[in-house]
Amino acid sequence: MSLRIATETKQDVLVVRLQGELDHHTAEELRSTVDGILRNPHIRHIVLSLADLAFMDSSGIGVILGRYKQISARSGEMVVCSINPTIYRIFEMSGLFKVIKFRESEAEALHVLGVA
Amino acid sequence: MTTRNFMTVSFAALSQNEAFARVAVASFISQWDVTVEELEEIKTVVSEAVTNAIIHGYEENAEGVVRISVSIEDGLVDLLVEDQGKGIEDVDLAMQPLYTSKPELERSGMGFTIMENFMDTLEVVTAVGKGTTVRLTKRLSCAKALQN
Repeated sequence: MSLRIATETKQDVLVVRLQGELDHHTAEELRSTVDGILRNPHIRHIVLSLADLAFMDSSGIGVILGRYKQISARSGEMVVCSINPTIYRIFEMSGLFKVIKFRESEAEALHVLGVA
Repeated sequence: MTTRNFMTVSFAALSQNEAFARVAVASFISQWDVTVEELEEIKTVVSEAVTNAIIHGYEENAEGVVRISVSIEDGLVDLLVEDQGKGIEDVDLAMQPLYTSKPELERSGMGFTIMENFMDTLEVVTAVGKGTTVRLTKRLSCAKALQN
């Protein structure tokens, strides 16, 4: 199982939906896909929707933090939603929730960023 | 008491084999009465140790060989991930949460922390220029239940 990445832009928010497995091998694809879209300076925020992400390790933390830094540099926010319990623990362990908000659903995550 | 069972698998230090390594170990361990959570934890630590071997041990040289050995006896999982790569100069530093020797690759520095959290014991044997062996053990909850 590899990683499938679906993206959608809603106003100034980039929604990234991940399906499959995010590890060192698939992290590069996520990095280049998101960085390509972030060339658009109008995008300020990212919602990471992980409902269908079956696996993630610390390589995922690295690539997510890297994108957070870019968004943060343009005074944007990152919100993550729908995480499975093991991945949630990895986020927690890494201290990611200190800088990235968590919401149960994509709708709530978008709401936090002012998108209806 | 149960009979000791074990398996060993060796593969090229290529990133696409990280998923293979997780699945190989998970399917071996699935013979026992393991919880979904335990299986997820074991898959994660295999991924961390194998990724370390590929990125740090061999610096992505595909001629490198990563070897995984898993044995189970009385519900105790004993997992070894070995490489004959460059070794770790300072293990204590490498194990610090958030420390990475390769920040330019956006490594999080959380690999060893996750291994420690998801398993019961972690042991690292390394020699510069010779390679690294990470040994991880975990007692499965089905075995804990039998003991009580």
